[in-house]
Amino acid sequence: MKSAVITFPGSNCDRDMHIALNKFGFKNKIVWHNDNELPKSDLVVLPGGFSYGDYLRCGSMASKSAIMQSVINFAKSGGLVMGICNGFQILVESGLVPGVLLRNKYLEFICKNVFVKIDNKDNPYFKNLDKEIFEFHIAHNEGNYFCTNDQLKEIEDNNQVAIYYCNKNGKTEEKFNPNGSVKNIAGIFNKEKNVLGMMPHPERMIDQSLSGEDGSLFFKNLINNIK
Amino acid sequence: MEVNEQIAVDHGLKKEEYKKICDLLKRVPNLTELGIFSAMWNEHCSYKSSRLHLKKLPTSGKKVIQGPGENAGVIDIEDGDAIVFKIESHNHPSFIEPYQGAATGVGGIMRDVFTMGARPIANLNSIHFGSSQHKKTKNLLRGVVHGIGGYGNCMGVPTIAGQTSFDSSYNGNILVNAMTLGLVKKNKIFYSKATGLNKPVIYVGSKTGRDGIHGASMASASFDEKIEEKKPTVQVGDPFTEKLLLEACLELMAGDSIIAIQDMGAAGLTSSSIEMASKGNLGIELNLNKVPCRESKMTPYEIMLSESQERMLIVLENGKEDIAKKIFDKWDLDFAVIGKTTNSKNIELIYDEKQVANIPINTLVENSPMYDRKWKKTKLPKKNLIKKEEFKKFKIKEVLGKILSNPNVCSKEWIWQQYDHTVMGDTIQKPGGDSGVVRVHGTDKAVAATVDSSAIYCWAHPLTGGKQVVCESWRNLISVGATPIAITNCLNFGSPEKEENMGEFVECVEGIGEACEYLKFPVVSGNVSFYNQTKEIGIKPTPSIGGVGLIKNYKQMITMDFKEINNRVLIIGKTEGHIDQSLFARNILNEKNGPPPEINLFNEKNNGETVLQLIKGNLVRSAHDVSVGGIITAVSKMCIKGNIGIEFDKPKYFMSEIEYLFSEDQGRYIIEIEPKNLKKVESILNKNSVHFDKFGKITDKNMIINGKTKVTIDELKAYNTNWLSNYMN
Repeated sequence: MKSAVITFPGSNCDRDMHIALNKFGFKNKIVWHNDNELPKSDLVVLPGGFSYGDYLRCGSMASKSAIMQSVINFAKSGGLVMGICNGFQILVESGLVPGVLLRNKYLEFICKNVFVKIDNKDNPYFKNLDKEIFEFHIAHNEGNYFCTNDQLKEIEDNNQVAIYYCNKNGKTEEKFNPNGSVKNIAGIFNKEKNVLGMMPHPERMIDQSLSGEDGSLFFKNLINNIK
Repeated sequence: MEVNEQIAVDHGLKKEEYKKICDLLKRVPNLTELGIFSAMWNEHCSYKSSRLHLKKLPTSGKKVIQGPGENAGVIDIEDGDAIVFKIESHNHPSFIEPYQGAATGVGGIMRDVFTMGARPIANLNSIHFGSSQHKKTKNLLRGVVHGIGGYGNCMGVPTIAGQTSFDSSYNGNILVNAMTLGLVKKNKIFYSKATGLNKPVIYVGSKTGRDGIHGASMASASFDEKIEEKKPTVQVGDPFTEKLLLEACLELMAGDSIIAIQDMGAAGLTSSSIEMASKGNLGIELNLNKVPCRESKMTPYEIMLSESQERMLIVLENGKEDIAKKIFDKWDLDFAVIGKTTNSKNIELIYDEKQVANIPINTLVENSPMYDRKWKKTKLPKKNLIKKEEFKKFKIKEVLGKILSNPNVCSKEWIWQQYDHTVMGDTIQKPGGDSGVVRVHGTDKAVAATVDSSAIYCWAHPLTGGKQVVCESWRNLISVGATPIAITNCLNFGSPEKEENMGEFVECVEGIGEACEYLKFPVVSGNVSFYNQTKEIGIKPTPSIGGVGLIKNYKQMITMDFKEINNRVLIIGKTEGHIDQSLFARNILNEKNGPPPEINLFNEKNNGETVLQLIKGNLVRSAHDVSVGGIITAVSKMCIKGNIGIEFDKPKYFMSEIEYLFSEDQGRYIIEIEPKNLKKVESILNKNSVHFDKFGKITDKNMIINGKTKVTIDELKAYNTNWLSNYMN
């Protein structure tokens, strides 16, 4: 299975994602933002970081990079595109997934483990996962997902919410929401569910010496689903 | 403008220093030249008050590849790998403008590390604020934390450990010390010594602006009521550009184009160009019209003294300009050939085709002033005689609640949750432990780092305090299972022109030196920050020590959380009941006098090495050193982190429970042992003549003291975790 991780100026989780993908069996290539063509890939990942310093709205400059046209075409033709953290912000700015990401409700960067609920499994990312509650890691300043009521209705009608923040028992109440996101949304799909944007970093949880191993479950399952 | 004595004094130079400049040049300098002298001769750059004393520190050892004098120190961690590290202060700017001051402090220290070819792998910081009641404290704390996070998070370097304290002596002058560790291959270390004639000198990174002019001079003076006027001397950070600069520099360093490289830190283009030429015993010629500037019509004076951030100066091999330019173009960074090395041994500056400065480099460096300042010795204070009955009136649980929620003991999670501490995927011990630990990527090794200071002890008796803080660093490394290798120090003091403050400096340095020598724990880099005072009030002497150690197999790393019910808990090291200068004495008895706890370097070394031996023998399940707040504070934290209880009795000592539990004797650790290993552990401790107390055993969810006082884990957590977040929200 081949994957590609895009490096934008200011990306800083590109190496971590590259390592994680390779660890679980992908043959990953790092692709420079100024290239025009994607290499042949089964999965394209937009990694975390601070593309262009996030000096304009997060992700907005990167969404206009040369490579992004190729990524958008790949997504529109059904290719799997996953955006993590800043990558999620880029997906939102590119219009590949709906909504926007605002500054965290308490106006502070948050780096910690959180529980998330994944019960939407009719898609290539989460199909066959044998549990619903995962411990993932977040590290962001602008992860407060927001959309209009009309958008929310459409998102829910199409079953596009991918991940919710919750507690260890899977309760998705407001108090388990770290950043103020609408409906505790931590990740979202496009309508066709081939594009996934999420704030948590599964690539930081890929061995037991780190924050946990739930990221490993995610990647192992992902490559099996794609094969 | 004609230069005269008054203009020199306005530049922070002393009258006699100005006279020396005229004598050395055999003429009156022009304004640009005067600016250069003032930048090179200020305390921050020249170490004129401290050099004499710093020479006494031990700086070499088997593992030391590079000691002080370079951008950062370098130590050997075997297999061809090396760690580059340094700590630096950014106190003055952070007090004037906390966000930018702290941010550029972090940016500056990372640049020092990657200048040497190392990729930064961990950041740490030591930050000190005024009393929590002081009106400025909250905003300063918030600004500094946001600034550190803003820069480090964007760079994608994890912030793995730190220290925060509150003390009214910092009301008018906070401290922000930032430390970075980088990883490099031993044979790919870059230095700042220029070699060869007519080599191109190139400028890369951000453009030069009018920010930070005279930053280093500002950092070499005390504050007064005009502090707000100094805001323009604070630099503005751009972590995005620094991230690009890091990647571009490492890309260029992979080849063989670079002869010497130096970041533009304090005193910007001035100190970077002069240091490179001076180390190579060469001259340097710069054409200032070639320097990329942010604003038009910047004068030579402004260009030379700007402290705009994210800039580097590189001496290249001839003919490598195109290769280098291609890399910096790729990363959208400025690149300009601005000069060349010469054999004149002078710095010569050209602007609009005219020579605007010509100074022999040795007058700026070797001939810079060095002072043997007067200093006053601090006598060891007399012990307080506290009557034994005095202790009986205290209830342990009440005292424990107060101590655990004390601003200097409570959990700092509110702070470190705002720092990305997991990026790079190798952080195996997060903030909140004795040391932060990161794996050496792709190997079984890990590097532990800690930053510590004990201003109270240093204030009470600088010589003892200096020793103590080195020992604390050593203990924090051992407590995670790391073999201590070397330290970096950031020496924060008041005015060297005051005998008391100078005395504090001299004796702290002596203490640091003595402990480093004994523990074979050399100083490889550091920085001195004087004039930490507003008007006449100086800070408590605050040397911050950044310690680094190696764990050969990261799976043997130890954390402080108690692990398993029924395991036994031992206290390593002897408890003498030293209460003076403890948190208990100062905050509960309200007694601020008396000597700090004594340091016995023999016991320190023996206890530490023995604990390390036990850890390496896989006999220890958890460990934590005993520091501020005494045994019970340390044990409480182990319970909180492990979410598990303990039952213990005070051993039969001739002292009260309070003295046993809250005294701050040094050289002590708490370790958790499985019952099956107890005999083996005891025999090793006995064989090494290490004093230990059999203290207690781990239980499910309460702390039970002498069978009568009961504190639940939830109570302990409530005491310890809420203070800071309540204070800030």
